[in-house]
Amino acid sequence: MNPTLLKIVVILVILLVVLNVSALLIWLERRLLALWQDRYGPNRVGPFGLLQVVADMIKIFFKEDWIPPFADKWVFVFAPAIIMITVLLTFAVIPFTPLFQITETNIALLFFLGMSSLGVYSIVLAAWASNNKYSLLGGMRAASQMLSYEVFMGLSMMGTVMLAGSFSLRRIVEAQQHIWFVIPQFLGFVLFLIAGIAETRRLPFDLPEAESELVAGFHSEYSGMKFGMFFVGEYLGVVLISALISVLFFGGWLGPVLPPVVWIVLKTLFFICFFILLRAAMPRPRFDQLMSWGWKWLLPLSLANLAITGAVVLARGR
Amino acid sequence: MWSIIRSLWLVLLHMFWPRFTVQYPDQKPYLAPRYRGRIILSRDPDGEERCVACYLCAVACPVDCISLQATEDPHGRRYPEWFRINFSRCIFCGLCEEACPTYAIQLTPDIELGEYNRQNLVYEKENLLIGGTGKYPGYNFWRVAGVQIEDKDKGQSEREAPPADLRTLLP
Repeated sequence: MNPTLLKIVVILVILLVVLNVSALLIWLERRLLALWQDRYGPNRVGPFGLLQVVADMIKIFFKEDWIPPFADKWVFVFAPAIIMITVLLTFAVIPFTPLFQITETNIALLFFLGMSSLGVYSIVLAAWASNNKYSLLGGMRAASQMLSYEVFMGLSMMGTVMLAGSFSLRRIVEAQQHIWFVIPQFLGFVLFLIAGIAETRRLPFDLPEAESELVAGFHSEYSGMKFGMFFVGEYLGVVLISALISVLFFGGWLGPVLPPVVWIVLKTLFFICFFILLRAAMPRPRFDQLMSWGWKWLLPLSLANLAITGAVVLARGR
Repeated sequence: MWSIIRSLWLVLLHMFWPRFTVQYPDQKPYLAPRYRGRIILSRDPDGEERCVACYLCAVACPVDCISLQATEDPHGRRYPEWFRINFSRCIFCGLCEEACPTYAIQLTPDIELGEYNRQNLVYEKENLLIGGTGKYPGYNFWRVAGVQIEDKDKGQSEREAPPADLRTLLP
């Protein structure tokens, strides 16, 4: 087949699968949260309540798409698009299988870091354009939280980069033929997981949203499909971080017996469920606790991890 | 740190706990006999309306959802000409039932009052009246109250002494 055509097919398949999965996550999250809270969750619409997503979508499309008169209109409209764009662009470098990867580049991880930094703009701009004090507080929290957690997010991945000797995600997966990086890089995995939760603004790090204090934080003023884009963007972020964790630390598509696609899907799904479990079990920390934890513990720990990994790699003379 | 892992594990174990949800339309919840649901007007054991149109329920109602018009039948018994409860306003507090001197108005364990049209929630007397006596089977207001009506004079009620002859009380 024509390689360009093949690429387009791969792009379309990944786009469709990722968007549908993140929409289905709304259902999955509600069912799993209910499961862990001794309830049933949505189980009325369709088999197992699966069509609940469709019902939600129909509802959200028919909602009034309201822009407050005091808002900065163009930024207000553009902000939700940024988060979708940045997260979807990041999926371009994720190697789902050797075949299902949109683009293979030797700076994949840097690309991911850059895109996730750009994603913060979505939230800060949304909060600023809303012209609302609660939104502004949420945006302020988002900015400082992302800033401090992104620092050691980058550092926590560097251990795997050193072991694999490349920023390319495919090379990182291929370097895990013998041993998953979660074993030599356990600390890096834990740090990346924490930073990833903060990056997707999921509980327990959902302080920018913090519905019990800030109405709905940065998207207080959003309604209709613009709110829906923040909503789906958050789930896209969960899928992205879960896929990245399985690629970086759990050997991506590598695994016995089953085909590669099944392995990457299983691993990603496991971490998605873990994200939901965190939401079911964890309370939200205070903001100063969050910041001091990030700077005083997680950053030094990731620096130590980096130094030790570097020393070991040097000593082994690779 | 340990407490975080422990609470994650404990929440995970909740997967295997029984569900608390009552799956409502398929599985009806238990409603106690004295549950405060849909309001009805009951009849006495003789099959007559119990309501004497005293307006106490309408006065007691905190949301003014009860309205009625009193009238008298040829025997001198008061009864409501029309009786209307607007269930879109009713808060099912049960104060009307407590105010009623004749046990006529009663709340029942029925909660399925959903309607597509708001106007259908306004219940008229023929929607409210039931055939039976409701929660108080033996009670008949006219038989125990010392009120004079055509077929019963004063002093002829159950557990009522005849009225004193005023002349015998003269000094």
